Amino acid sequence: MRHTISVLVENKFGVLARISTLFAARGFNIDSLAVGETENPAISSMTIVVKGDDRILEQITKQLNKLIDVIKVNEFNDIEHVERGICLIRIGLNKSNRNEVMNMIEIFRSKIIDVSQSSVIVEVSGSEDKINDFVGKVVPYGIKEMCRTGVIALHRGQSVIEGK
Amino acid sequence: MVKRTGAQILVESLLKENVEVVFGLPGGQALPMFDAIHGSELNFILVRHEQAASHMADGYARSTGKPGIFIVTSGPGATNIVTGLCNAYMDSVPLVGISGQVATSVIGQDAFQEADITGITRPVTKHNFLVKDVNDLAKTLKEAFYIATTGRPGPVLVDIPVDVQRASCEFVYPDKVDIRSYKPNYNGHPIQIKKAAEVINKSERPVFHIGAGIVASNAENEIFEISKKCNIPVTNTLLAIGAYPLDTNLSLGMLGMYGTFCANKVVQAADVVISVGARFNDRCTGEVCEFAKNAKKIHIDIDPTSISKVVDADIPVVGDAKMVLKEMAVFMDNKDRKDWLKAIDAWRTEHPLCYNKNDGKLHPQYVVEKISELTRGEAIVVTEVGQHQMWSAQYYKAKNSRLFLSSGGLGTMGFGYPAGIGAKFGNPDKEVIVVAGDGSFQMNMQEMAVAVLNDIDVKVVILNNQYLGNVRQWQEMFYGKRYSHTCLAKRKKCPKWCNSPKRDTCPVYVPDFLKWAQSYGALGIRVTEKNDVEPALKEMLRTKNSVVLDVWTEIEENVFPMVPVGASLDNIITRMNG
Repeated sequence: MRHTISVLVENKFGVLARISTLFAARGFNIDSLAVGETENPAISSMTIVVKGDDRILEQITKQLNKLIDVIKVNEFNDIEHVERGICLIRIGLNKSNRNEVMNMIEIFRSKIIDVSQSSVIVEVSGSEDKINDFVGKVVPYGIKEMCRTGVIALHRGQSVIEGK
Repeated sequence: MVKRTGAQILVESLLKENVEVVFGLPGGQALPMFDAIHGSELNFILVRHEQAASHMADGYARSTGKPGIFIVTSGPGATNIVTGLCNAYMDSVPLVGISGQVATSVIGQDAFQEADITGITRPVTKHNFLVKDVNDLAKTLKEAFYIATTGRPGPVLVDIPVDVQRASCEFVYPDKVDIRSYKPNYNGHPIQIKKAAEVINKSERPVFHIGAGIVASNAENEIFEISKKCNIPVTNTLLAIGAYPLDTNLSLGMLGMYGTFCANKVVQAADVVISVGARFNDRCTGEVCEFAKNAKKIHIDIDPTSISKVVDADIPVVGDAKMVLKEMAVFMDNKDRKDWLKAIDAWRTEHPLCYNKNDGKLHPQYVVEKISELTRGEAIVVTEVGQHQMWSAQYYKAKNSRLFLSSGGLGTMGFGYPAGIGAKFGNPDKEVIVVAGDGSFQMNMQEMAVAVLNDIDVKVVILNNQYLGNVRQWQEMFYGKRYSHTCLAKRKKCPKWCNSPKRDTCPVYVPDFLKWAQSYGALGIRVTEKNDVEPALKEMLRTKNSVVLDVWTEIEENVFPMVPVGASLDNIITRMNG
């Protein structure tokens, strides 16, 4: 099962290494990882997506909490939340596919952020599923290059994950 | 306010923490620190190998309950302490290690004697720090001590670049620590505690399984009282030897691979296993899915990650062993549990620990039994790792906790002798005896210089079987007696396939441990006959100096009982071929 975990950490050098070392040493797999500063520059927020059963998730959560620099660990799965990631894709263009590609971009409400003679760079953002779906749809047109971020997530409504 | 250099801040901080002794070895990137140590009140002990410094600090910590401290230089000095840190991390021993580092301006440039030691030791420390600014040093040291000694204790490394050692700032040692992301929890949840007590009250066949957490939280009295009140038998892990008195009908002895027949039977037959401060290591559980199959598991531990890591806990209680046991005792009913204790007595007498006492041969178990007898279990016995370690665990009847020190989780050969020296520094009035194998002892025996030069009379009893005996035992039992590279006497001219060693026909053993001891000004004694063991031990105990007692035991003696790897605790082998 897929789990999205939010980890608030001290914004210090080496913290990312501590987290990745932990995952490697305990044999947990990271699907994706996104890190960035929060509104408080002393605290960073990490969103980690992992796969595993409940037992593995429990160990991951506890092991993360055990790290001295980890302030708070939160698992999103049981709570209503929003998840977003971004993907940049360079799609090859020619006379025959140009219209279809443009249609697809329109349907997915994605954006063209760069155009050249033979290709476009498209930015698509949304849930992991939406991005996967878009990527799948444009594969036949020829993906020349692509890169994507891990997802980031927040609770819906009013609940807030706070670092004390 | 007067300014201090980073090196002076280090020394003064250690004195503020009431550090009695520091082990270590200097080097280029530690020069300012050693200059500050020179002439300070700090009691610094120069070792011969940095690994030994970390084990000495460890032995000091295990035997006193106070954090052990060592200081080494950058690069190779720092990489040499990785084993010691890992060893302490596995066994939850509080250490504060200090390493020198190349100057901040050249970090990352592969400078001379540069090693990314915070990177290297991240998985084997509770926490580590690289101090890049002298203004952060005092606070960091305070935090290092706090983290090492609170919650589940563990080693902390502070890496200090040489320019930070030289730089100066005002020195204020903080009184308090406040780390927002580290707040150890000591109080068990009251509802969980009550639930646990109710399950135990209803149980017919409960058993306590106690580990190092009992010792770390000084809960020896609490476990004794609660077990007496409710007539619940107690088995211990290797690291909790001595935490529960052996002379009661509730005492089962050690559990697991080389544990007693009785302890293993009891756990497998129990309806409730209450584990306190133990983490279900595979040497204790045997095949996990077969472990105490019909028992509810109550797991009390200060570290939430220990719970349901290996064995699923039905009732987890996160908290300090002493506090939780105290609170739990209130809810527990007095019960006599006569049938259960009767069954246990039967198991105890069915297969007590035994070896051949009547063949006149010099069995290693006999030596440990005699040590136990002559010291009345009041000496600190420190072991290396191997067969002698298990015989010591089985036959040394430690009167209290902190009297049997051994490398449990990591199983570090070379730990025992330096740890024994460290223990003696912490307990100058106690007898310290290192029981070693001839293999393990050779891994750190250079530290005899430290013992002799500092008038530290640590006694070493080598149970010499001229083999890496534990591995040889497994080769005998599970690899068709193919003794691959376990014979320590083997020479080039020996037949490749030799598996029939005999003292009188084998090549002369090197080193000659007697001459070795003598070269350091220590006393060396050799014993080859059973009858000479007791007089030699007495002479050793009378001598107020380092002694090496080289005991030539039976070569192919095996440790029993034994549960093979991957087998259930039910499949305990009590003796060879049977």
